[in-house]
Amino acid sequence: MISRRDFLQVGMAASALVGASGFGNWGRLAAQQALTQDQLLDFDTYGNVSLIHVTDIHAQLKPIYFREPEINIGVGAAKGQMPHVTGADFRRAYGIEDGSPSHYALTYNDFTALAGTYGRVGGMDRVATVINQIRAARPDALLLDGGDTWHGSYTCHHTEGQDMVNVMNALKPDAMTFHWEFTLGSERVNEIVEGLPFAALGQNIFDAEWDEPAELFKPYKMFERGGVKIAVIGQAFPYMPIANPGWMFPEYSFGIRDAHMQSMVDEVRAAGAELVVCLSHNGFDVDKKMAGKVTGIDVILSGHTHDALPEPVLVGETIIIASGSNGKFVSRVDLDVRDGRMMGFKHKLIPIFSDVIEPDKEVAALIDAQRAPYADQLSEVIGQTDSLLYRRGNFNGSWDDLICDALLSEREADIAMSPGVRWGPSILPGQDITREDIWNVTSMSYGKAYRSEMTGEFIHVILEDVADNLFNTDPYYQQGGDMVRIGGMGYRIDISKKQGERISEMTLLKTGELIDPAKTYQVAGWASVNEGTEGPQIWDVVESHIRKQGTVSVAPNNSVTVVGA
Amino acid sequence: MEFSRRETLALGLGAAALTVLPMRAMAAADEAIAAFTGGADVAEGGVTLTAPEIAENGNTVPVSVSAEGAVSIMILAAGNPTPGVATFNFGPLAGSRSASTRIRLAGTQDVVAIAKMEDGSFARASSTVKVTIGGCGG
Repeated sequence: MISRRDFLQVGMAASALVGASGFGNWGRLAAQQALTQDQLLDFDTYGNVSLIHVTDIHAQLKPIYFREPEINIGVGAAKGQMPHVTGADFRRAYGIEDGSPSHYALTYNDFTALAGTYGRVGGMDRVATVINQIRAARPDALLLDGGDTWHGSYTCHHTEGQDMVNVMNALKPDAMTFHWEFTLGSERVNEIVEGLPFAALGQNIFDAEWDEPAELFKPYKMFERGGVKIAVIGQAFPYMPIANPGWMFPEYSFGIRDAHMQSMVDEVRAAGAELVVCLSHNGFDVDKKMAGKVTGIDVILSGHTHDALPEPVLVGETIIIASGSNGKFVSRVDLDVRDGRMMGFKHKLIPIFSDVIEPDKEVAALIDAQRAPYADQLSEVIGQTDSLLYRRGNFNGSWDDLICDALLSEREADIAMSPGVRWGPSILPGQDITREDIWNVTSMSYGKAYRSEMTGEFIHVILEDVADNLFNTDPYYQQGGDMVRIGGMGYRIDISKKQGERISEMTLLKTGELIDPAKTYQVAGWASVNEGTEGPQIWDVVESHIRKQGTVSVAPNNSVTVVGA
Repeated sequence: MEFSRRETLALGLGAAALTVLPMRAMAAADEAIAAFTGGADVAEGGVTLTAPEIAENGNTVPVSVSAEGAVSIMILAAGNPTPGVATFNFGPLAGSRSASTRIRLAGTQDVVAIAKMEDGSFARASSTVKVTIGGCGG
């Protein structure tokens, strides 16, 4: 008799083997320059249930470049744990060969050179092909969308999410949860959700007035697949009204609400669920903590923090799957569910190499139809870049350095602030920068670039506040973004300290003088969560700056000194 | 993030005030607890306190308390200038010993619930609620 624990361990080992051998194969294939779609999608169907997870697409319908972070520091129990391992350490941890496709897909090193070899990633027409192939092997596979889908591009902004709704509907998801969708405003979100042909889930989406579950969003949905009763419980981003403008969706309240999550798990188990899946937009560290507090969840499909992990992380008897962002990956999870329990699993994080995976013709045509009315606007070349432009990293990214430069010069400010968001594709050196590229890293419904006076003391308060959202050792107090990007000012951060003590040596770069707490500085920024913010749209500010430069060049940013990591 | 001068000043003052207040406020909270318990020992656990980890709006933070067998539950905002929030009393016929309210928090602080049980013992739970500027998650 083999115990459930043994099964889980065997499952884990099998997964690790699939991961390791799969990666080794890719490495060899790379040497032979013979990466094929069949090899990318190779998967021996296992068990009786398949889950397909996509998340944090941020409206990237077309293939893009996307550089993963170099700096992604974990604190507290997460220190040195996945996903807070990057570069060569990440490759060693998973047995990924240097120079292999997985190296390119999952780590930041040699990004420009490898991008030249392996090309763009993502594209929802390629994602469609992958989904179709999984469905060919397992027709009743569940397709689950972790949210941040209806935000992040020129066409998404101008159609208020309709382009993404149209394309995603063609992929026929079974359920979805939410984050940036709410920045369309509650009226528009309600309008779309009322017409969705699949379940809109969030056990933590509450009515703000009565602090009761919101009527429009159900906490969970029950499915029967492969003879198995499956409950999918949604978990929307917990800190929407704090990280994003709450005034745009005042009727809704969120929060982690893990006690309510437990009661939902108990409810679906009592109703006969043999497999409990949480479709989450918590962020990875929050999901890890929740998995340790809430009992009875078999699988957490994790979104929000944009991590891509080639193997699940196990917390107790819960597996947590991280599927990346911007359409770069699709996760397939096959499960063996028998006698009312999950007995084993097999998992593959499938990188969407757009030159290798054949686009699905119908979805490709649908995508082109969404873009056609805006084709001239999208394709207009604004300038070129000499530097690799990317965003991911805890403290800065070259795209944000460029945006901060634009704010400093266009808005005549001493200091610039750019939000620490994690979406936005990369641009290779030598590439044109089109209007679409600028919108891919700036588009949002609250993008006005303000100019404001702030005292040195207040700037310090802001930096301390944001740093604690990132480096509080309790994941439940983290919001999942990165540090606010600062232009025109350097600082030192000791991440091991408490709020109020992390930030020091704030220095105005143009004079080299320390910031005076009592003095007033001109600060330009964008993405204010406050209602009534005034100023030009950030994409216009950036476009104007790039036009003047012609060819942009971003110097390495050494203005942040990090200690205590 | 846009702040009018008034907001900037208010927040700046709030931050400055926070660095001074906790000691005095904590002392006030301890005094209130001592007055409620008469100096008796207070056990951890036995009270459920539900509060958000991060407040969506520090001016109106929903909190709930419940404790089986409680005759009285006191809620304190330990970091507020005046820590006392409410004391709920339950008669012998009360269907459930639970209550919900909304409270205003001056800044990040611990919310504390102390329950007096039918047998005269006391139990305690606390939860840190963070009040943040926010605005940069993504």
